[in-house]
Amino acid sequence: MPPQPALAFDQVTVAFGPAEVVGLTSLEVDAGEFVSVVGPTGCGKSTLLNIAAGLIAPTSGRVLVAGQELRGINRSAGYLFQGDSLMPWRSARDNVAAGPEFAGRPKAEARDAADHWLARVGLAGHGDKYPHLLSGGMRKRAQLAQTLVLDPPILLMDEPFSALDVQTRQLMENELLALWQANRKSVLFITHDLEEAISLSDRVIVLAAGPATRPIAEFAIDLPRPRDVAEIRLTPRFRALEEQIWSVLRAEVLKAYRQGNAA
Amino acid sequence: MTHVWRLLLAAALLGLWHVGSITGVLSPLFFGHPTAILATILAWFASGEIWPHLAITLSETLLAFLSGTICGVGTGLWLGLSPRTRAVLDPFIKAANAMPRVILAPIFAMWFGLGVASKVALGFTLVFFIVFFNVLQGVREVPPTVLNGARMLGASPHQLLRHVYLPAALSWVFSSLHVSVGMAFVGAVVAEYLGSSAGVGYLILQAEGMFDVDTVFAGIVVLTLCALVLDALVSLAETRLLIWQPRADAARET
Repeated sequence: MPPQPALAFDQVTVAFGPAEVVGLTSLEVDAGEFVSVVGPTGCGKSTLLNIAAGLIAPTSGRVLVAGQELRGINRSAGYLFQGDSLMPWRSARDNVAAGPEFAGRPKAEARDAADHWLARVGLAGHGDKYPHLLSGGMRKRAQLAQTLVLDPPILLMDEPFSALDVQTRQLMENELLALWQANRKSVLFITHDLEEAISLSDRVIVLAAGPATRPIAEFAIDLPRPRDVAEIRLTPRFRALEEQIWSVLRAEVLKAYRQGNAA
Repeated sequence: MTHVWRLLLAAALLGLWHVGSITGVLSPLFFGHPTAILATILAWFASGEIWPHLAITLSETLLAFLSGTICGVGTGLWLGLSPRTRAVLDPFIKAANAMPRVILAPIFAMWFGLGVASKVALGFTLVFFIVFFNVLQGVREVPPTVLNGARMLGASPHQLLRHVYLPAALSWVFSSLHVSVGMAFVGAVVAEYLGSSAGVGYLILQAEGMFDVDTVFAGIVVLTLCALVLDALVSLAETRLLIWQPRADAARET
């Protein structure tokens, strides 16, 4: 039997009422593979991720997790949201400890695991702070720790760094790569930033402009690893890939732009 | 400097009142004497006569506050999480909230007698709706990302209730503590005034019956001081309970 993909969309469509948000979509993420999905703003990228997370059920088709059809919340996946998902009434440590606590692990053990992961993401000594006292970058790190403490085989990431300034963002991208390199999870990474997609991924999938978005092209990223996201952008191969993908993406972005203007 | 002005203003008002009452410009029958009022208050505390009444009024306040808050949180969570039931009950809730509930005092007096229970009942109806509407709001305003985040971290429906909805709702309850504690106090005093056998409201009621306006004012002063102390205690509790919230005066870092 060939190895199962960690995550697979099998002819998935999603409609909210009469509006088809996701058209016929099939895609796979292999175990340990880093896949990015790029598409114009507002095309339904997040919907795709919510389906993989099990937060939304597809209207038709199936989502397979390690070969098993997904029903309800995807327990094998961690989700890094675009917005703030930290519980504001819990300190950073208690936020990271939440997952293990929900799973029924003893409180002391959960807090030890939380401290370990806070240190791994560079937040050692900030455990007692409440989220409103953390900077945007620190909150993202805490969210990352909160997700990784559960060691999920699949990571779903929804433009997680889009709200950060450029410097913090590159730092976080490099740290994400280092963490991923150390423990290879299957990653489905959503972004509208093509450079980010190429510098992080093994594979980039381009989505059509909405409505009824669907994958229209796929590119293998054969850049060597380990990578530095800032340096890799300067290599000729990166530029060539970017040009290639952008030639497909540009048409979709223009389409979305015109729709946005017409609406 | 502000303090000096405040003291001067208070002294001026009390002075005018005093002069007005001894010269007869302000009829002592209706306005009393500030000195007599002070004497009444001092006598109450010196003889200890006031303590049982204060204890009654304050325990009614406490019981009304606790029962109203607990039921308000429970009902708010329940209806906040079951929109269908809420849709059915909505007009009844609106009607019950619109009703001038102070007027229920005579009914509660008939049902529960002149003792503590009828006062608690009135305070309860006042506190309940404040807490209830705040919890409803709190449940509705849980950020979807926080909710989905907790679900993705493996929270069961029960854990969502305990670790997401309840803290979100309580933050609203805590920020309305001043109002709800104040209302519990108002409920207790008003119900006492409308019919009772003990409490500071009862003292005022008795004095009014004998045209003893000094004692009425003395009761009002004692109640006001009590309300101020309660408010200060609530402020203390607030800073402890809402430690995780960004303070309005501290700029949010991003």
